[in-house]
Amino acid sequence: MSDSSAAQTKEVVLRVLNGIAPEVDINSIDPSRDLRDQMDIDSVDFLNFVIGLHKDFGIEIPDADIPKLATLNSCIDYLRFRIKAP
Amino acid sequence: MPSLGADMESGTLVDWRVKPGDAVKRGDVVALVETEKGVIEVEIFESGVIDSLIVQPGEKVPVGAPLALVRSDGAAVETQPAPKPAPELTTEKEAPAAETKPAAEMPRPRISPLARKRAQELGVDLASVAGTGEGGSVTSADVERAAAPRTPPKPPVARKEEPYVAMRRVIAAAMARSKREIPHYYLAATIDMRRSLDWLATENGRRPVTQRLLHSVLLIRAVALAAREVPEMNGFWTDGAFRPAERVHVGVAISLRQGGLVNPAIHDVDKKGLDELMENMLDLVNRARAGHLRSSEISDGTITVTNLGEQGVEGVFGVIYPPQVALIGFGKITDRPVAIDGMLGIRPILDATVSGDHRVTDGHRGGRFLLAINRLLQEPQKL
Repeated sequence: MSDSSAAQTKEVVLRVLNGIAPEVDINSIDPSRDLRDQMDIDSVDFLNFVIGLHKDFGIEIPDADIPKLATLNSCIDYLRFRIKAP
Repeated sequence: MPSLGADMESGTLVDWRVKPGDAVKRGDVVALVETEKGVIEVEIFESGVIDSLIVQPGEKVPVGAPLALVRSDGAAVETQPAPKPAPELTTEKEAPAAETKPAAEMPRPRISPLARKRAQELGVDLASVAGTGEGGSVTSADVERAAAPRTPPKPPVARKEEPYVAMRRVIAAAMARSKREIPHYYLAATIDMRRSLDWLATENGRRPVTQRLLHSVLLIRAVALAAREVPEMNGFWTDGAFRPAERVHVGVAISLRQGGLVNPAIHDVDKKGLDELMENMLDLVNRARAGHLRSSEISDGTITVTNLGEQGVEGVFGVIYPPQVALIGFGKITDRPVAIDGMLGIRPILDATVSGDHRVTDGHRGGRFLLAINRLLQEPQKL
């Protein structure tokens, strides 16, 4: 997959995160750190985040896959894989 | 102006959502009111037709002051009962009826001849001049004052507190009152959450993301059912006595992004299934953080749950939210070694605590309450 599609995926993920925690500067997010920790978001926020990804990308995200969304990098990798997968 | 918290004294009307002539039914949102806790959607407690709006946007009025009149069954009634009348802040719109007396009943003001002459010279309408002379008579000085160009008084310097500061002040008042008035006792128990978490994992494994459950909803439901079993934990201490609540409205402590805390309630938790409860909780948290809580949610809580597990806290010994009489704290679920059937095992353990009002219950009843919560969480499929 191209870099441009990775950038697009990242853009959507950051937009969803921004909707949940608008006070956080999304440009300051460390892509390799746990999103919950660095953004101080709780389980309700995180569920909203997963629901937001589900709606924006049009994919079902099984409960067992939730740990794969822990960091920005892992989240983008997971979504790119899922979008590409049939 | 409804009371939206134990220490709320007044609120500022932000906007009306209705106008005279609109039909309303109990529970409709009719106005937005700003309090130290943020902007709250005020629901109406009477069905009928809006007769008139008494308070205008921007006005600050005390708790208990009427905001509007509603015609119910042909009669006009105030929209809000007045639990704390505060006549000193009555607005002009609630002016004394004396001013509406027929003109024939009004005493004629006495006017000195000089004052009448000066009024003619200066073009002053004597009916508009307030007399300061003997017996309220109008003097020439009164006329000259009335004729002087009026300079509007300087408005007081607006010193609007930062919302966060105002909210901390409210929290400080409520918590200080709680610690001052309520003789707290504290109990703690550990709860093995394996059955609940296993059940939850199985359930969520077959649910779409939009219908998943969080473990906190199991905790809230267990608290509500336990409150049914031990009703002394559910209610209010008011006027020197405990008044049990007939319904179970669980207040949920929600931290806000800008700082501070609100404690809105989910209504009738003991009567709702987990799906409905989950929907209610998501909606409540999202609205709390967006500043769209309703008045009934702010004021109706009968018992409170606070869950600090996600902040890594293992045990919470909370402060009761007056006039409630109990607060239940949940900490982080952590894997811990425990003895099971004579063997050492690892189990996900939750520390549950209760802060109780010793005027209402003692440790025995508090202990029964925690036991009930534990027992209920061992059978999550029945919640």
